[in-house]
Amino acid sequence: MSRTIRIRKGANIRLTGRPSTSVVDAPPAAIYAVQPPDFIGVIPKLRVKEGDAVMAGSSLFFSKDCPSVQFASPVSGIVKSIVRGGKRKILAVLIEADHQGRAESFPVIDPKTADRTAILGAMLNGGLFAFVQQRPFAVSADPAIQPRSIHISGFNSAPLAPDMAVALNGRMEDFQTGIHALKQLAGSEGVHIGVRSNETIFSGIEGANVTQFEGPHPSGNVGVQIHHAAPLNKGEILWTMHAEDVANLGVLLSKGSYHPLRVVGAGGSEHPAPKHMRAMAGTALTSLTEGHQDAENTRYISGDPLTGTDAGAAGYLGGLHHQVTLLPEGNEPKFLLTEGWLSPGLKKFSLSRSYPTWLMPKSKEFTMDTNSNGEERAFVVTGQYEPVFPFDIYPVQLIKSIMANDIDGMEKLGIYEVAPEDFALCEYACTSKIAVQKVVRDGLDMLKKELG
Amino acid sequence: MKALHNILDSIRPHFEEGGKLSKFWVVFDSLETFAFTPGHTNKNGVHIRDGVDLKRTMFLVILALVPALLFGTWNQGHQYLLSIGEISVSDSWDTMIWDKLLIGAWKVLPLVVVSYGVGLGIEFLFAGFRKHSINEGFLVSGMLIPLIMPIDVPLWMVAVAVAFSVIIAKEVFGGTGMNILNVALTARAFLFFAYPKQLSGEIWIHEVAASKADGLLVDGYTGATALGHLASTVGKPIMNADVTSVMGMFDAGGMYSLSNAFLGLIPGSIGETSALAILIGAALLIWTGIGSWKVMSSFLVGGLVMGFLFNLMGMNAYMTLPPIHQVVMGGFMFGMVFMATDPVSASQTERGKWIYGFLGGFLSIMIRVFNPAYPEGVMMAILFMNVMAPLIDHYVIQANVSKREKRAILAFEQRATA
Repeated sequence: MSRTIRIRKGANIRLTGRPSTSVVDAPPAAIYAVQPPDFIGVIPKLRVKEGDAVMAGSSLFFSKDCPSVQFASPVSGIVKSIVRGGKRKILAVLIEADHQGRAESFPVIDPKTADRTAILGAMLNGGLFAFVQQRPFAVSADPAIQPRSIHISGFNSAPLAPDMAVALNGRMEDFQTGIHALKQLAGSEGVHIGVRSNETIFSGIEGANVTQFEGPHPSGNVGVQIHHAAPLNKGEILWTMHAEDVANLGVLLSKGSYHPLRVVGAGGSEHPAPKHMRAMAGTALTSLTEGHQDAENTRYISGDPLTGTDAGAAGYLGGLHHQVTLLPEGNEPKFLLTEGWLSPGLKKFSLSRSYPTWLMPKSKEFTMDTNSNGEERAFVVTGQYEPVFPFDIYPVQLIKSIMANDIDGMEKLGIYEVAPEDFALCEYACTSKIAVQKVVRDGLDMLKKELG
Repeated sequence: MKALHNILDSIRPHFEEGGKLSKFWVVFDSLETFAFTPGHTNKNGVHIRDGVDLKRTMFLVILALVPALLFGTWNQGHQYLLSIGEISVSDSWDTMIWDKLLIGAWKVLPLVVVSYGVGLGIEFLFAGFRKHSINEGFLVSGMLIPLIMPIDVPLWMVAVAVAFSVIIAKEVFGGTGMNILNVALTARAFLFFAYPKQLSGEIWIHEVAASKADGLLVDGYTGATALGHLASTVGKPIMNADVTSVMGMFDAGGMYSLSNAFLGLIPGSIGETSALAILIGAALLIWTGIGSWKVMSSFLVGGLVMGFLFNLMGMNAYMTLPPIHQVVMGGFMFGMVFMATDPVSASQTERGKWIYGFLGGFLSIMIRVFNPAYPEGVMMAILFMNVMAPLIDHYVIQANVSKREKRAILAFEQRATA
């Protein structure tokens, strides 16, 4: 019998446009992108040039610091272009798909009998190690370090997130294969899966410690699950992986092919038909948005509304994203009496109780735009982050220590355990509109640089 | 409202860099953002933001102050008419109500105007100088300051006090959100220490000195507050005739009876007298989650505990006053609801708030009774706790830090043995 942990802090932001449980295959996109900035901490070194023919699984670039980590093309086709930004920084490698389905073939390995080196090698060559993240610092993992444990979240709790049970439906055998492989890679504390307490799809899984979680967002964040099930201590390294990529790992090992499948939660109030869509990593968003085209008044978010990136209508699904959200842009000024700060606010969703919407039934859903609903200010209100931050960590004090570049303070206050996404709800709730996730990211980068 | 925004858009260029009025950008910007929440969208982080902002928060605090303000306005007129015998305590509350409100408003409104005028003027100067937009913090401070003033305080003194507190207590620390001391209380403390003579004695009822000189003053009205009377009993035996006559005013039916003190029908600073009006504001603050119920409740408990301990000691008449009577008098309730809960100067950790509030209430009653020279202990207690709050937070956070360190050491040892 697995342990059940109840997360009391947090909040579910009730947005309209939740994806229905139906799953359809997304129409194949013309262009797919692999975007190095999605993989934090990776400095890309190209292996291809424009015009090269690639197959699914062909390496497009590798990590400068860890050359064994390959970043592979999700589909077969031709390298259409390499998009560069300032200082020639590589922003994306675009692949024009030929829809032939040609794929590199990798050796088939039985993870139960193979040794650690063989499994790790297969994962690195087969492009799936790219999706492994590490804690601390919430960056792409270094394959040379054996992690204490590997953590997988078995559910999404973010607003409008895809349902993991829908996403993994019919893929549990591959998932199990992936778990067997990860078990060989992990150190003393093995593989941990955090599942929602009433979820049954993981009940037959072997080779992993299963912990049940109940409670609101961010209970599905792997960082929250690590903190409550097996907290990270200074000096330890953990890996995290998305459950769908664990299944993709199973496919790689059992069939020898790289197939970075995502069952994308396509939703948001502006999405014409919110549902789950089966697509490859890096697909053009146009194939997930049912032809919705209103770049001026709509924000196309790759990821969830709290942590995703503003990809634009012509953007691509981010490497680590499993969700697309379409929200109305909020770039119109709001008059104080009708929609602004003096309004009755019957449509304003707020975690504070300063608008009467908190009295409405818990089933009511709200449409939110991207307006910041106020300007940035100094910290004034206290006690606002804590109720949505389910860590035994003082969030405001940690943020302030980062702002003050106090390395010692950050360490003591527990920065090793957190990722920017864990602060997403704090940032959402902040009265002073402080960019909390960016502060955390800067702090993690600073600390990583400091420690070398 | 599109039309109004178009007008703003059309005059904006004059205020922007290079425009004729670019020095007044802060004024334009603050008025524009007052009328319209700007169309700023979220970048680099969350894509959706909560509906609440600092303007909404501050507005709700001001709303919570309205009952105390209205009651205070009425009560100042009421006290004046009582003191000169125009009305008697047995009259209905609405006898001569317009006279009461008019007299009150005649004195209170100028205080509010001076407080906001001076304070916001300085804020605009600093915001323009530092090139940031104006912060909403003073909207609340500017209302708090008049409410903790005696009715007949000279306006120039208020202006000086506001200027002092905004500059010294707030702007030198970096502005809203950076101050250590509560801004409004600093203004009051400044007056108390800079003009002790003018701020004691006969200023708690409108024109009490003049009425006395004209022989109009009704018996029992001295212009002193309840706490002033009580302070006069300290150092005298309980059975002393003076003392018993003072204590008689606190019995049921007396001038400072529990019900009078609770309803606020007593002389005192404009906003502080009515525990009832203040508690209505407290209810709004707690209901909307803006005021910390932890600070308020622990502050109240702290005051009651100290009052009870004094009951046990019983060394003078002041100490024998029931704890509940102690906490409804003077600035205790006002300080508890509107001053101690100031999030910037209070403890910022949730555990710290309990300690901070309790000690604040405890010290308020202690100072009030132990120091007859200064009856209003609440101000001193809260300012003292403002200074202590970072220390409380430090120890609360240190406990969390050592817990994490212990866990890491344990894990390290386990790895070493394995």
